[in-house]
Amino acid sequence: MKFRGKIVDVACLNHFTRVVSTISKLTKTCALRLTPDHLFFVLCGKVASGGVAMWCELAQANIFDEYQMEGVSSQDNEICLEVTPENIFRALRTVHNAKSVKVKLTKKHCPCLTVAAELPTMSSVNRVVTHDVPVDVIPRRLWHEFKEPSLPDFDVSVYLPPLKTMKNVVDRMKNLSNFLVVEANLSGQMTLKIETDLVSVTTHFKDLGNPHWGDRTSQDGGSQSPRDLDAMAQARVDIRKLQQFLVGQQVNPSRAICNIVHQTVLHLILLHQDVSLQYFIPALA
Amino acid sequence: MPLLMQSQSDDDQYVLVATLDNARNLSNILKAIAFKDHAIFTATPNGLRVTVEDSKCLQANAFIQAAIFQEFTIKEDLVGLQINLTVLLDCLSIFGGSTVPGTSTALRLCYKGYGHPLTLFLEEGGVVTVCKINTQEPEEPIDFEFCSSNVTNKVILLSESLKEAFSELDMTSEVLQITMSLSQPYFRLSTFGNAGSAHYDYPKDSDMMELFHCTTTQTNKYKMSLLKPSTKALALSSKVSVRTDSRGVLSLQYLVRNDDGQICFVDYYCCPDEEADDE
Repeated sequence: MKFRGKIVDVACLNHFTRVVSTISKLTKTCALRLTPDHLFFVLCGKVASGGVAMWCELAQANIFDEYQMEGVSSQDNEICLEVTPENIFRALRTVHNAKSVKVKLTKKHCPCLTVAAELPTMSSVNRVVTHDVPVDVIPRRLWHEFKEPSLPDFDVSVYLPPLKTMKNVVDRMKNLSNFLVVEANLSGQMTLKIETDLVSVTTHFKDLGNPHWGDRTSQDGGSQSPRDLDAMAQARVDIRKLQQFLVGQQVNPSRAICNIVHQTVLHLILLHQDVSLQYFIPALA
Repeated sequence: MPLLMQSQSDDDQYVLVATLDNARNLSNILKAIAFKDHAIFTATPNGLRVTVEDSKCLQANAFIQAAIFQEFTIKEDLVGLQINLTVLLDCLSIFGGSTVPGTSTALRLCYKGYGHPLTLFLEEGGVVTVCKINTQEPEEPIDFEFCSSNVTNKVILLSESLKEAFSELDMTSEVLQITMSLSQPYFRLSTFGNAGSAHYDYPKDSDMMELFHCTTTQTNKYKMSLLKPSTKALALSSKVSVRTDSRGVLSLQYLVRNDDGQICFVDYYCCPDEEADDE
């Protein structure tokens, strides 16, 4: 089992740092899967984490200039680690101006992801800063827990409004209530609602547009009658889970999509060039 | 969709309708009196008065004249209601209350009458938020019977100078003592804290003092904890009038300019500390 990668480009380093920062805001620990082509940060929806699940996918070629890995075996050419994204983020943050950063899997007192950065100097002597971030190796038999989640069979898919606006609204609503109802329909409308003894607040977004999912929707349409464009699908979620997602995101996505399985799950997707981040918030009764 | 414009046709059912192009003009001034959750709203054809009270000893009022609103329609001589001010402020800044020029939240405030919620329609950048804040039985605000004929001493200061004084006050002191006198020290703020006493004097011919009117020498103590909330208003204001009447009741009247340069008033009434009578 071997892994070593090298980042030289500052833009790539910043990009990777932002992604790790975003992940660290969403979860304390998660799995990091390394394959020959991709890195995946995975959180499976366990009860302990409030049923929230996350799947973040990055193409290694867009971040690393050099990338070598050897999985546990030639059939399972993959490495699966349990990591604390916050720790990786801290290591990366302190080396943001490095000339180059090497990330490798090492065996010190315990398995570590070692972040070794060569920092710029005025003299000819190199300064190298090394961070050892302890990780746990996830054994092969548990890998099945970290598979890519299947796309839920959602009722409505809608583009999200500007995340900053949405964050402001959700921030205020969080002051007023613990639960939030997200509703959307196929006419590009989305509403955020809270209701308490003191107040009810409803924010209406319109003209958001609905993404086309190609064949998928038509397959659904075959078995059922097509969905009424104005019919709202809704999910009542823990407002803190949604706020965490909005506060933490630093990827400035080019596309942000919200899928709703009526009264079941809220599925949020952020797309930015090669990065995709999926976040699942289970609906509450 | 409950768009701002569409709702105008429903105006008939409301006893009170008020609109503002910039919700900050309301939220800012309400922040100046937001030290307790419960606020009493009193609307008359002259405008809106919002009252917050504490311990029957302190009362803060914010006045927003009808002219500040783009539209202010009231069907009765007096409409009273009580709501949770913290909730209202959260609603008014639902879009973040940004200060970026060019982006402002439009507000339409409607009330159908007794037993109905206070409805706010807020719009920014095409996004509409509807808030229905449940109203409570309005309490009768305390009448401090503070009338100008009983005013013994009056000082008008630029807020700047009082801000400085308040930021340096010894907050370990339980009371703030205000002295207004015909001779030296004219206008004095004193504290008696852990580290000793401190006095803050204003000469009556100071540039910071716009008016000094003193008929009798008066020294009164006020609970620091009661005066502390008034610093919120002080921070927003440009001028402040400090008055005391023959009973020692303190009136602080703040002149606040909103984003559009219009003038609103916030006033605080505070009862003197009992001890003052013993001396």
